[in-house]
Formats: sequence, structure tokens, C-alpha cells
Amino acid sequence: MANFKISYREDTALFQNLWVKSWLGIFIAAMIVLPFLLSRYQLSILNGMGIAVIGALGLNLLIGYTGQISLGHGAFVAIGAYTTGLLAGTLGVPFIVALPVSGTTAALLSLIVGVPSLRLKGLYLALGTLAFGFIIEYVLFHWDLTRGDTGMAVPKIGAGGFFIETELQFFYLIMFFAALATLVAKNLARTKIGRSFVAIRDRDIAAEAMGISLSKYKIMAFAVSAFYAGVAGCLLAYYQKWIVPGNFDISLSIAYIAMIVLGGMGTILGSILGAILITGIPYGIVYLTDALRGTYPNLSGLIVDLKLGIFGLVIVLTLLFEPQGLVGIYRRIKVYWKTWPFKY
Amino acid sequence: MAVMNQDKSLQLEIKDLSMSFGGIKAIRNVSIGVQSGEIYSIIGPNGAGKTTIFNCISGIYKAQQGSIRFENRELLGVKPDRIAQMGVARAFQNIALFKGMTVLDNLMSARVHLMKYGLLGAALYLGACQREEVQNRDAVEDVIEFLDLQSVRKSPVSSLSYGLQKRVELARALAMKPKILLVDEPVSGMNLEEREDMARYIIDINEEMDITVVLIEHDMGLVMDLSDRVTVLNFGTKIAEGTPGEVSSNPEVVKAYLGDEH
Ligand SMILES: Nc1ncnc2c1ncn2[C@@H]1O[C@H](COP(=O)(O)OP(=O)(O)OP(=O)(O)O)[C@@H](O)[C@H]1O
Ligand SMILES: [Mg+2]
Repeated sequence: MANFKISYREDTALFQNLWVKSWLGIFIAAMIVLPFLLSRYQLSILNGMGIAVIGALGLNLLIGYTGQISLGHGAFVAIGAYTTGLLAGTLGVPFIVALPVSGTTAALLSLIVGVPSLRLKGLYLALGTLAFGFIIEYVLFHWDLTRGDTGMAVPKIGAGGFFIETELQFFYLIMFFAALATLVAKNLARTKIGRSFVAIRDRDIAAEAMGISLSKYKIMAFAVSAFYAGVAGCLLAYYQKWIVPGNFDISLSIAYIAMIVLGGMGTILGSILGAILITGIPYGIVYLTDALRGTYPNLSGLIVDLKLGIFGLVIVLTLLFEPQGLVGIYRRIKVYWKTWPFKY
Repeated sequence: MAVMNQDKSLQLEIKDLSMSFGGIKAIRNVSIGVQSGEIYSIIGPNGAGKTTIFNCISGIYKAQQGSIRFENRELLGVKPDRIAQMGVARAFQNIALFKGMTVLDNLMSARVHLMKYGLLGAALYLGACQREEVQNRDAVEDVIEFLDLQSVRKSPVSSLSYGLQKRVELARALAMKPKILLVDEPVSGMNLEEREDMARYIIDINEEMDITVVLIEHDMGLVMDLSDRVTVLNFGTKIAEGTPGEVSSNPEVVKAYLGDEH
């Protein structure tokens, strides 16, 4: 009882101790200073990671927290990106409107898989979401408005002479939304919403018998997850300035699954770690193979093509050797240090 | 029986309930009336259909025939979460805790339906959300204190002993703020000391919190000590009903049930 908390409000506070608070301080300071020390190329890597964090948080709320498998997360990123493409590119709608509408459109379309999820479980849900992904890809290729292979141009964010266009400007924009997405996910996780999600994952029949509506919270999990994906898609569209259906094929969904498996399912921290690492892996490979380019000129291209296989391997190896992902390792180390030497 | 079934003061009234799985008739024409405030036990040999009755009351199974009325509202055909929200709580025979959660979160999960804030409130953790979370935490702390779970409050349920998990199972049902509590074999697999504690808790829940208890249990000593009335099932059919004394001296019960053991 050494750690007895005086009030429940304090006990449920987001940043509970000095340790967490100081890490947060260091992190924020680094986020402000770091960009000035990095090259444009390095910043572009961080920007990709920031967008991935948002998408991964969404997928983890669905798979890790609620236990509903989805192989179609990339499709919701696509829906967000193309909503932005249509709104901003074709109709000239500003960013501040395009962002929430992209998220909401993805959330609404998630009903297409969310509602059947009340009936479909496990493998069948996996196949259903996979099919959804292919249908969306098909539509993007063949619908007049989305212009197939040609893709869509997305205008700059900004008005009245001020535009967000440099890597540095995007860095702050993306990190702001990544931080906001993290905060919201943390909040959902510690309220009745997160408890309902986990209850459904752990024991759906008991959850129902405790008064938790399976239909309401399963559909909510799909919608929240898709909203996150839609927001990630919107940011991606503005950042890339040009979107084609190929950006959002099955490999994107697999990459997102690799992120949450590697990072740690059912944890916020895991989503972030996984997004950073999986986004970073291809760059790491390019970096390593660059050294060998002289002797094997085709090597880097070949290995980047193998990206999908590498992600698959990451998923399988993590599930085999550390099912709780990096967060599982982190927790074990933390316990080790807490009890060393014989703290209790 | 006929007279009792018309009694308007019955809190839970099961009439002519039948349920079969494929060819197996798990329960046949069972009628049970539970009065508000009593401890009512259902006993019978393994496979007699006791848990099936609970599953029908909770809405997990849908009986093919009969009716289940709780406070004069029909439960048959109502979804489990709606039934729970009416005040029918359940502690499972096979521990069905949310194993990825702490004790505290398990209990908080039973109060989702008592919190009214929405998705947006939760996303921002503002106003009503924060207030209701703190209020419900308060109520859950009362349950934790009542069942002496203070020391394991923050422990993951999977790290607890079997006996403690059973107690958390009861605590979670209690955290729902129910009017009636369905407890399925609360002391199975427990040692003597744990059994005595559990008996004490059930009596306290019934008397101090004024919650009706329907109990399924194989431990005859416990049933005899606690129950106001007992129903005996055998092969899905009700063979006797009455006070513990009446039931235990009923020759048919002795033959069908007690006879096997003594
Ligand atoms: N979901 C199900 N599917 C098929 N048969 C079932 C199902 N649930 C129960 N049964 C059958 O119904 C009968 C009654 O089972 P029930 O679980 O109600 O018994 P019980 O009285 O609770 O027994 P115990 O004391 O062993 O818990 C058994 O023959 C059982 O096999
Ligand atoms: Mg049973």
C-alpha cells in the first residue's frame, strides 16, 4: 500500500508519476529541436512514421483491444485519402473541413464490415475485410471520379498566401495530429469504451451478461478504427500531393498488422513503436544495401520489393517468440529493474 | 404450485420452460417462482439442467417453450445485455472473467451500462466522463471493500488463485448493481475456509444489500444453511420444491439425488 492514492481522480490520471512526466518533457523538447538537426530526407522518414502511428493506433483499437480481425485497414486509409482528393482536389474544400470529413466517411463506410462482424467471427471476418479491401481498390481503379491509374492531385494546405509545403512544416502538422490521436486513444482506452472493447475481446458472452451491448461496441470499434485510418489517409494525401490506388493495396493492410503485432497488441505504446519500426525497416534496408551497391547494383531494388515478405516474417516471428510484442519485452525489463536488487 | 405461479409478488417467475439441444432435452416444463429478497437454490445431479436455466434467464440461450418473467416483464427473446441492464446479474460456473484486465477494470466493466457519457466525451475525457468515472469508481470501491479484494485491486485477474477468481466473479456481478443475482456453483473447487467466506459473502449480499439470490450449488451443507427455498432438478425435470428441510426429507429427492451420494 506504499503507493496508496488519495483520490480516484489522481489514480486515473493520464501521466501518473514523475518518470512518465519527465519522459514526456524530453520527448516534446526533442520534437521541437530535432527537426532543425535533421536533413529533409530524414524528416520525410519521420513524417511517414507519424502518419503510420495514427493508422496503427486505429487498427490496434480494433484488433488489439476489441479482438476483431481486419485485413482491410488499408482500404479505410484509401477512403480517407480519396475523400480528401475529391473534396480538396475537385471541390476546393479546405483542409480543416476535409480532415474530419475524411475520417467520418471512412467511419460510415466501416459499417459495411462492422455490421456483418456481428455475425462473422475469426477467419470469416478476416476474409470479409480482405474482400472489402479488394472491392475498394477495384472501385478506385474503375470509378471515373478517382481516375484509376492516373491518380488524383491533392492541393496544398493553406490559405491567403501561407501554405504548408516543406518537410518541416509537415513535420509539425503531422506530429500534432499524431499526438492528438495518441491522447484520444489513451482516453478511450481508460474509459468505459476501452473496457467494453477489451471485455468483448476477452469474453464476449460474459461482456453481454454484464450489460455491454456487443453490436454497439463492435460497430463502434470498427468506426473508430476507420476514422483513425481516414485521418491518416487524409494527411497522407496532402503530404504525397498525388494519390494512386497502388498506394493502398493489400500490402498497406499487411504493414499495419505488422506494426501492431510487432509493437504489441492491445497497447497504445505498442502501436507507436510498431509504426516507427515497420515504417523504418525499408529505409534501413536501403541504407544497408547502399553500401553494397558497387558490387551488386540490383540488390536494393530487389530487397525493397521483398518488403511484404519481410513484414509477413516479422508478424510470424513475433507471434512465435514474443506474442506481446516489443511492449511485452519492455514490461519484462521494467519488472526486472523494479525488483533488482530485491526492492521488495 | 398453481397457486404460487399466480402470485404477483414473485420477482422472477419461470413457467413451463423447455429447452433442448438437438435431441437432448436439457430442461422440460420447469416452473420456478422466486420471491423478492430470498435466497433460492436450484440443486440436482450433474447435467440436470441447472446452468441451462441460468443461461435461459440471462438470454444466452433462447428456450423453445415457456416464459420467464422478471418484475412482470418477459425476458424470453430479450437480448442478454438488455436483461443485465434490467438488474439481472450473473456469476458464471466456469470462471468467465476478462482475463486481460485487472480486478478493478473487471468490476468497472460491469458498470458500463450505468455510465451515460458518449464517445466524444470519452475521447476528450472531459466533464461528464470524468465525473461519472470517478462516481462509478467510488461504487466499485465499495464492492471491493465488501468482498475484501483491496489487496488485489490492481492485479491482473489471471495472476489470482482459483478461489480469488471465483470471488472476483461474484464481485463483478455485484458491481452491476443488480436486483437479482444468479450465482452458479460459487464454492466449487474451493477449500473449507474459502467456502465459509463465500457463504458469509452471499448471506451479506442478500441481507445487507437486499439483493435476491438464486444459487446453484452441489455443496449440500451450504445449500441447507443458506436457502429459504430449494428446487430439485433431475434429468431436466423438477422433482421437488420446498424449504431445505422439506426437500431433504422428500423420498424422491433422496432416491434421485442424495441417495447417490450417501
Ligand atoms: N450449448 C449446449 N449444447 C449442447 N448441449 C448442451 C449445451 N448446454 C448444455 N447442454 C446439455 O444440457 C444438459 C444440461 O446441462 P447443464 O449445463 O444445464 O447441467 P448442470 O445441471 O448445470 O450440470 P453441472 O452440475 O455439471 O454444472 C447436459 O446434458 C448438457 O450436455
Ligand atoms: Mg452447471
